[in-house]
Amino acid sequence: MMLRRRSALLGLAASWTCGRASLALAGSGSGPDDPRLVVIILRGALDGLAAVTPYGDPDIATHRQGLLLPQPGREGGLLDLGGFYGLHPALAGMHDLYGVGQMLPIHAVAGHYRSRSHFEAQDYLECGADRRLDSGWLNRAVAALPGRGHRLDGYGLAMGLSVPLMLRGPAPVGTFAPAGSQHPDPALYSQIAALNAADPLTGPGFRDALRARGFSDSVMQAAAPPSGDGHRPDPFSVLSATAGRMLTAPNGPRVAALEIGGWDTHAGQVGRLKGPLTQLDRGVQALRGALGADWSRTVVLAMTEFGRTVRMNGTGGTDHGTATVALLMGGAVAGGRVGGIWPGLRQDQLFENRDLAPTTDLRAVAAGVLCDHLGVPGGALARIFPGTRVERMHGLVRVA
Amino acid sequence: MQLSGVINRFGWGERGLDLPQEASRDWLAAQLQGPDEARFTGVGDTADGLIAQRTQQKEKLQGDPLIKPILRAEIATQLDGLLMTGQPFRERLAWFWFNHFTVSLRQGSTRGVVGAYMREAIRPHVTGRFEDMLLAVMRHPAMLMYLDNASSIGPNSPAGRKSHKGLNENLARECLELHTVSPAAGYTQADVTAFAAILTGWGIDMQADRPGFVFRGKAHEPGAKTLMGQVFAEGEEGGLQALHVLGTHSATYRHIATQLVGHFISDTPAPRDVARIVSVLRASGGDLGAASLALADLPDAGRPGGKFRSPMDYATAVMRALSLGGAPSGPDDPHAPAHILLDAFARLGQPLWTAPLPNGWSDRAADWSAPADLLARTDWAWRMAAHVRSGDPLDIAHAALGPALRRPTVLAMRQAGSRQDALALLFSSPEFQRR
Repeated sequence: MMLRRRSALLGLAASWTCGRASLALAGSGSGPDDPRLVVIILRGALDGLAAVTPYGDPDIATHRQGLLLPQPGREGGLLDLGGFYGLHPALAGMHDLYGVGQMLPIHAVAGHYRSRSHFEAQDYLECGADRRLDSGWLNRAVAALPGRGHRLDGYGLAMGLSVPLMLRGPAPVGTFAPAGSQHPDPALYSQIAALNAADPLTGPGFRDALRARGFSDSVMQAAAPPSGDGHRPDPFSVLSATAGRMLTAPNGPRVAALEIGGWDTHAGQVGRLKGPLTQLDRGVQALRGALGADWSRTVVLAMTEFGRTVRMNGTGGTDHGTATVALLMGGAVAGGRVGGIWPGLRQDQLFENRDLAPTTDLRAVAAGVLCDHLGVPGGALARIFPGTRVERMHGLVRVA
Repeated sequence: MQLSGVINRFGWGERGLDLPQEASRDWLAAQLQGPDEARFTGVGDTADGLIAQRTQQKEKLQGDPLIKPILRAEIATQLDGLLMTGQPFRERLAWFWFNHFTVSLRQGSTRGVVGAYMREAIRPHVTGRFEDMLLAVMRHPAMLMYLDNASSIGPNSPAGRKSHKGLNENLARECLELHTVSPAAGYTQADVTAFAAILTGWGIDMQADRPGFVFRGKAHEPGAKTLMGQVFAEGEEGGLQALHVLGTHSATYRHIATQLVGHFISDTPAPRDVARIVSVLRASGGDLGAASLALADLPDAGRPGGKFRSPMDYATAVMRALSLGGAPSGPDDPHAPAHILLDAFARLGQPLWTAPLPNGWSDRAADWSAPADLLARTDWAWRMAAHVRSGDPLDIAHAALGPALRRPTVLAMRQAGSRQDALALLFSSPEFQRR
């Protein structure tokens, strides 16, 4: 389980012109049996009640009749998760994973903050502390892994946007952009790196970028975009497959962060939510395909900054809320059930008479994965999630 | 204050080799005192965009055949303006305020009106009063669609009771958080809900001959509402009063002063600088022209390289330094300067009018300086430099950077094997990455 790390963090982001999907990688390859962790940030607040619907709750129909999909078994209906919850039909791939015990939704989770501002909440979600920090919990977790050597060989693959806050911090993060068809020759690159060497911002940046390009080019050359049903693959699937290939490379990273938007469904939610959910589902499948045998050593955690109002708003959508669902997927996940404690939807059970009441701290979910899967020492949790003490959630991953 | 430093910090980078003659503060002031000289060609107004949308819907036209040409024409003429402007300070302010009041193509069917929004709601108020810009924004169909207010209905209004529809608090929340007072003002969820109720009825009449803003009394939530301790009357007037209060609120002045200093001076605005801009806003009743000019008088305004260039800054500065552009860009010509710039924005991570969320694009170096970003810039600039077939790259370097040009950059450029390589070195230098 121990990750012997010769090197540190890789950053991977993506510059797809068409969507806010980006990817950052971290970690170090030390052996093929290393655990893999992929964190997907769903930016914009996913409606947990739409993704994993408690159709068995007696009160749900009174709150959101216009948002409810048909019960499992009916046309276009939910995909059953054991009689009380149903998965959104756009998540068919995840439903298959659930069937083989590799998917574990955890309901009524919320971060440790009670902000309904996307921007504040995302910052707290990513930094993992009681106050806003400039570094993220995933970066601090990687830094806390045992066996960390002195040399930090930053290498990585980046296709665009910058490293998310979650992965910023003391452990170095490299990024890489795949070269276009034409680019300068290596001699000019090294002159450029030399010209920037003394600059505190661009100096390390160019150094890491050039080191990363050598590594990632070799990985990317073998990469064919996943095609599935003959459609042009969406950027998130491409990114996910890229992340998967990087994570399987012998000296590749072991931790990846991706992000995908499109969740802020203030209006016309039933129609608007299908697209991003489908993309997410395909992305997870692409990740699984690219990981191959390493899928059995993988945990994917998909999480969002907060949930949405229990009641439908005036425009067929939902406004900013509190608790929502977190999704765990992967061969290492102890799945095939829905985790968490269901708070109920009676009026007196709602948070501030509008939101799903939180019963699980999202950081406890993350902490459970970090410790029991990635091998982060329990004693490091106070550094990774400064402030209020976090008790990690147990039983999220399979015990070998 | 060095003129070239001011041109970079307050403008979009020096264009070609013709430096202005006057003193730098006069040069900045003249751009704000005179009228907006931008001339946009081949574009209509918001109503034209809404008519295109209405017709497409009514006739079930696929593929955006009426809206696409409108968006293309807006892109061509507005990016031409960015490349060619002789009032770069005013132009930077226009794009700054657009970003403050972000409308994004990512949602809300704003493709047909986003360009008109920039020209109608933002540009005319860049040197005017903040509360006037706020009102123009909040009544503009682009914003009403982007943040869903057009469909928000008072649950107890006649329309609400009939249709069982109700509030959508998206615009109300973002207006408080991002556009005006910011969370520092300490408002609550009840205030957000109240403001959403105040704004019910602020919508779009799509059936009019010239579609546009309309106040629909029938969708307006009845009764007075209390927002941040103040009571606002029922009706459109209540909304106008609320926007007046928010638009002239001291928390709003503090918020926009912080944003302005963050954009023009430093990623970490000094409290002293913010306080100075706040005092100008207070004394002038929110005069954005006065506040903008006061930025130029801040102690660090002339210090070179205080701000890292965003992708939009960077690509525009490279193209201006190379004197690209001039002839009007054909809306459908992929090789036209405006389209090269459009492509660069996307490639470098900041696609035009497509911010991910309502808070717009980041103004901080940390968000644009990842290794991948740097390499993408270098690769793109190197390809752009291939277009230069004559002239001395060092002349371009001196014109673009003035005294900020460092000796190591000059030496590296002198030793470069080609004009293209020399320019790639210039554009990849630490000093060119900043403004």
